[in-house]
Amino acid sequence: MAIYLDSNSKIIVQGMTGAEGMKHTQRMLAGGSNIVGGVNPRKAGESVEVEGKSLPVFGSVAEAMEKTGANVSVIFVPPAFAKAAIIEAIDAEIPLAVAITEGIPVHDSAAAWAYNVEKGKKTRLIGPNCPGIISPEQSNAGITPSNITGRGPIGLVSKSGTLTYQMMFELRDIGFSTAIGIGGDPVIGTTHIDALEAFEKDPETKAIVLIGEIGGDSEEKAAEYISKNVSKPVVAYVAGFTAPEGKTMGHAGAIVSGSAGTAQAKKEAFEAVGVKVGKTPSETAELMREIVSKL
Amino acid sequence: MDLFEYQARDLFEAYGVPVLAGRIADTPEEAEQAAKEIGGTVVIKAQVKTGGRGKAGGVKLAHNPQEARERAEEILGLDIKGHVVKRVMIAQGAQIDKEFYFSVLLDRSNRTFLSLCSVEGGVEIEQLAVERPDALAKVPISAVSGIDKAKALEIAKQAGFPAELQDKVSDVFVKLYEVFTKEDATLVEVNPLVLTADSDIIALDGKVSLDDNAEFRHEREEMERDQLDPLEAKAQALDLNYVKLDGEVGIIGNGAGLVMSTLDVVAYAGERHGSVKPANFLDIGGGASAEVMAAGLDVILNDPQVKSVFVNVFGGITACDAVANGIVGALNTLGDKASKPLVVRLDGNNVDQGRAILADYAHPLVTLAETMDGGADEAAKLANR
Repeated sequence: MAIYLDSNSKIIVQGMTGAEGMKHTQRMLAGGSNIVGGVNPRKAGESVEVEGKSLPVFGSVAEAMEKTGANVSVIFVPPAFAKAAIIEAIDAEIPLAVAITEGIPVHDSAAAWAYNVEKGKKTRLIGPNCPGIISPEQSNAGITPSNITGRGPIGLVSKSGTLTYQMMFELRDIGFSTAIGIGGDPVIGTTHIDALEAFEKDPETKAIVLIGEIGGDSEEKAAEYISKNVSKPVVAYVAGFTAPEGKTMGHAGAIVSGSAGTAQAKKEAFEAVGVKVGKTPSETAELMREIVSKL
Repeated sequence: MDLFEYQARDLFEAYGVPVLAGRIADTPEEAEQAAKEIGGTVVIKAQVKTGGRGKAGGVKLAHNPQEARERAEEILGLDIKGHVVKRVMIAQGAQIDKEFYFSVLLDRSNRTFLSLCSVEGGVEIEQLAVERPDALAKVPISAVSGIDKAKALEIAKQAGFPAELQDKVSDVFVKLYEVFTKEDATLVEVNPLVLTADSDIIALDGKVSLDDNAEFRHEREEMERDQLDPLEAKAQALDLNYVKLDGEVGIIGNGAGLVMSTLDVVAYAGERHGSVKPANFLDIGGGASAEVMAAGLDVILNDPQVKSVFVNVFGGITACDAVANGIVGALNTLGDKASKPLVVRLDGNNVDQGRAILADYAHPLVTLAETMDGGADEAAKLANR
């Protein structure tokens, strides 16, 4: 088992024929993901040779799903066209859409999310501006390096991409059921809470690492959710203790203004519900190691 | 990007939101000239991005151009909470009858937009929200349907506007929402929105934050020019995500989360080494090339406060060999001008190639670190020498 993505996942890539799309399609294939095709209306009917496999290019997500049985789409479409690509995936009711694209205007992601809600949330959206999701040794939908670590009992949910890699690397001797990067943008599809809920239900996941960063109140909400709904052990890490107030640190979401949303406030929220918080990624990994040793 | 008041005023005017005449001035002479052109009583307002400028003496009345010049002279150069006033706005005076509050913003917690509105304006809205929450209407706005006339009327009613004003203010709300969507703003706030003695509704002071991700569909060069610290401006011209901080250890990394975490780890390490601190935030981004790495290093080495540099990269999209090549390229270009020690920690995609490139290059200023914690400690130690 794993969450959202496993060895039965059939993946299509929206924007496969672009430079980034091509590079990562190749990497996902090399890492063992079952990629079954791509979408690009201007190249429909063609096919692309990747890693010794001939991948058909379809005119739409709906057509790709019909012809290949795909149930996951990974989106590499540039920011200006990403909203239309996400909406196309929602219209096709694909069960999982992973939007990797960085730099999508927040009015576009807010509109796409509102559209998904209006349509009854038949599509689980991950991202945008995220590394995607990986269930090691099963499937990888996104840009996480496939070879950091293998399958194991830890579930990981993180706002940050590179901290996802860092944490997987720190705990590479133990391994992960699923690691999911939800993205640091202000409007995202899958939240910390969604992932916690899924990890709680997943029998393979025995313990959970949650990575947050300054901005918003997703971590505070997650802390409250954990206290009421999560029986599995959770450790947390929050980045941005030294970030100055009122400055945006890269992620559109990572902005501190006033007291709410600071790393300190998030740490306190976790500790108040008994979730241990590591001071650094390596200390957080140590906390998890202790938990796993007692499982 | 947060706009200055005068930039918000100009945007409002362009969308037909009623505002008073306003001119900017960088010198007392310009202020005098502006007051002459506007005529009558004017208000001289410091253009700084912080609250409490009235209390700090940054807003003053002038009854004629001569007074405008004198007041501008007093305000220009003033330090308001660490912001030095470089520019003032000369605004037409008005007889104010009542003050209201209106804003529309991104509500990230609920993944939608939100409008806040109150008939008690001119105050700190955070304070009002805490002390008298009933006086502040909170109306969720759909990102699909937005604020049309009906929604605007709903906001006006909920905020408690008297019946005779509802039609007039709701027209202004619709226009402010147009600013919000068409300019890709994350915040449009008017405080105060006023009713004048002549029964006009006017946006007297505005705060606008624009979404940097939407820059590709707007012309913002002119607005941006007034915004940045010189090093930040240079970084922006190179498309780097850089924030200048007050410390000694230069930081370069990939991915906002990892870079923020690196700042924290360096600050902790600094506690052991003479309290040195991170000098900056610099995210070279997901798909950083050798050129981007070189440009980033160049910006940081040009910061006179920097004593050592910590490069912390976990290769995902960014491959470690590209990062290593960038470091080699930057050091070659800089030649003898490169005088600050560099600690480099690489992991992830093509890590072996990346480390091999730096090992072969064997530059006396470059140290390879095995771990993030070890690298942070080494960089802090070097900055403390």
